[in-house]
Amino acid sequence: MNLIALKMLVGDRLKYVSLVAGLAFAALLITQQASIFTGFARQMSAWIRDTSVADLWVMDDQVQFVDDFKPMSEQRLQRVRGIEGVAWAVPMYKNYLQVQLPDGTRVQCRVVGLDDASLVGAPPVMAEGQLSDLRRDRAVFINIDHAKTTLAQRRAGNVPLKVGDRLAINDNEAIVTGTYRATREFFWDPVIYTTYSRAMSWAPPTRKQLTFILVKVRDDVSPQVVAERIRATTGLTALTNDQFSAGTTSDLLDRTGILVNFGITIALGFVIGVLIAGQTFYMFVLDNLKYFATLKAMGTKTVTLVKMLFLQTVTVGLVGFGIGAGAAVVSGIALSKVGLAFQITWPVVLGTVVAIILCCGAAAMLGLNRVIRLEAGIVFRS
Amino acid sequence: MLNDFTFSSDQAEPAVRCRNVTKTYHSNGTDVPALRGIDLDVQTDELLMLVGPSGCGKTTLISVIAGILDHDGGECRIFGREVNKMPERQRTSFRGENVGFVFQAFNLLPTLTAAENVAVPLLINGAARRDAIERAEEALRRVGLEDKFGALPRNLSGGQQQRVAIARALVHGPKLIVCDEPTSALDHETGRRVMELLREVAVGPDRALVIVTHDARIFEYADRIARMDDGRITKVDESHLLETSSAA
Repeated sequence: MNLIALKMLVGDRLKYVSLVAGLAFAALLITQQASIFTGFARQMSAWIRDTSVADLWVMDDQVQFVDDFKPMSEQRLQRVRGIEGVAWAVPMYKNYLQVQLPDGTRVQCRVVGLDDASLVGAPPVMAEGQLSDLRRDRAVFINIDHAKTTLAQRRAGNVPLKVGDRLAINDNEAIVTGTYRATREFFWDPVIYTTYSRAMSWAPPTRKQLTFILVKVRDDVSPQVVAERIRATTGLTALTNDQFSAGTTSDLLDRTGILVNFGITIALGFVIGVLIAGQTFYMFVLDNLKYFATLKAMGTKTVTLVKMLFLQTVTVGLVGFGIGAGAAVVSGIALSKVGLAFQITWPVVLGTVVAIILCCGAAAMLGLNRVIRLEAGIVFRS
Repeated sequence: MLNDFTFSSDQAEPAVRCRNVTKTYHSNGTDVPALRGIDLDVQTDELLMLVGPSGCGKTTLISVIAGILDHDGGECRIFGREVNKMPERQRTSFRGENVGFVFQAFNLLPTLTAAENVAVPLLINGAARRDAIERAEEALRRVGLEDKFGALPRNLSGGQQQRVAIARALVHGPKLIVCDEPTSALDHETGRRVMELLREVAVGPDRALVIVTHDARIFEYADRIARMDDGRITKVDESHLLETSSAA
């Protein structure tokens, strides 16, 4: 009877294609939009993950997300170093500074100053140069992708920045001594690395300039315990990488409304899937009611007809999901190549599967009711 | 109480025995009596035709006899079993094993080949697909369609489709075959050939055949003809007597 069910389904080409197309579209929309959203969400905390050498991030207790700069006084660093369980703690400067490129183009950049001695928090992968080059006179590292885009010299015809070029950072000369690769971020302002002392000398003089304290915890203590001690002792916020990432993502989603916008699109995809699949499948059942009645008259039990119906919906669901999710992956690869956010994860796939199952279930319910209440006697009515 | 339409208890148990069968439809607050006390026997090795004007209750009676429709009163036994007293699942199984159907509009599944269509009753009864197809092909040979195993219904003529339907009705060896206007969608010559085929392959010592029809041209193929009117059996004739009385 399974073969009969499938042949009935596929034999009605127009409805079969409509069903598959509707579910494929829903799967494509849901998978793609959820993946783009996931990509954006991961970009929001990309810099944190790239800098995840330390166990804890310590910051002012009013900081809400990674680029919400609320500097602290230098004394905080010493206090944190003195807390039980801290193996080491280093300073990190991060703030917006005006950068002037060789051709006079001005760009607002996020300048990161790393601890001079350890360079903890350095970029994850160097493209040109070595990490130790950062200790050279007036040295800075730039992102190799930004060098061609946001740091391109627009006045000179978008000439990319390169190693050896001289910049003016807050009217202080800097020399590009290396380039690095990093995960694409949500924010578009370029990130330029230098040493902490150099960043201090370039930044506008203020009483508080320390942005983050990166802490490594001793092996015999858990990071959560040390974090709590830091909070209790200093009043500062101390977060693990995961906590800081999650908090940043959550805060940015709240501020931007991205979650709502993507949620609406995903919901629309689901509704479209339900409507198309539901209507088309109901019409399929109506068109085949005579044959279902014939099968019933010939001795097919109602439960068997129900199973046939479910097999038909599961089949179109699987085919539609495969085509839709596959198209989403292909489009995602294309999108990623042009630098747009796209991250397909197993929860996205699982969520799409659940959505398609619900679409198919809704589609089946409408037709199921007719089949269950079907009177075999209609076969004798011409 | 016996009448001309029933057989005495001295004779073998008929394939179908109806006693005072009634059926009323309830629609929009109105009661419409479709069967008003039917007494009728159908023997094995017999082709009985049910004839009568539209709305006289033929389809209702055939539905009751086939075990598709419950009657309200009286008794209807099919091979000694009161089908309407069975639970739904049991009744469906009984029908699947013991009843074959030939429909006016053929009702072949359009996306199945001729062999697959004929195999359906076997598949319903749990036969393995390969075995079912083999038996279906054998049934198609019996009805003269040995070259149409893989043909879809839309590629068959009306007469060929009805022969496929007859093969489907016979393939699982049912003891009762119910036909609803089997020739009304066919031209006279094709209809005649279908009736000859039915007489040849469908009627047998262990099988009864009941045909509902308007078509007087095929009366000659019946062993008996039961006339219905307004929910009652008004007359049952031997078909040759019908011809004789008509000639007279």
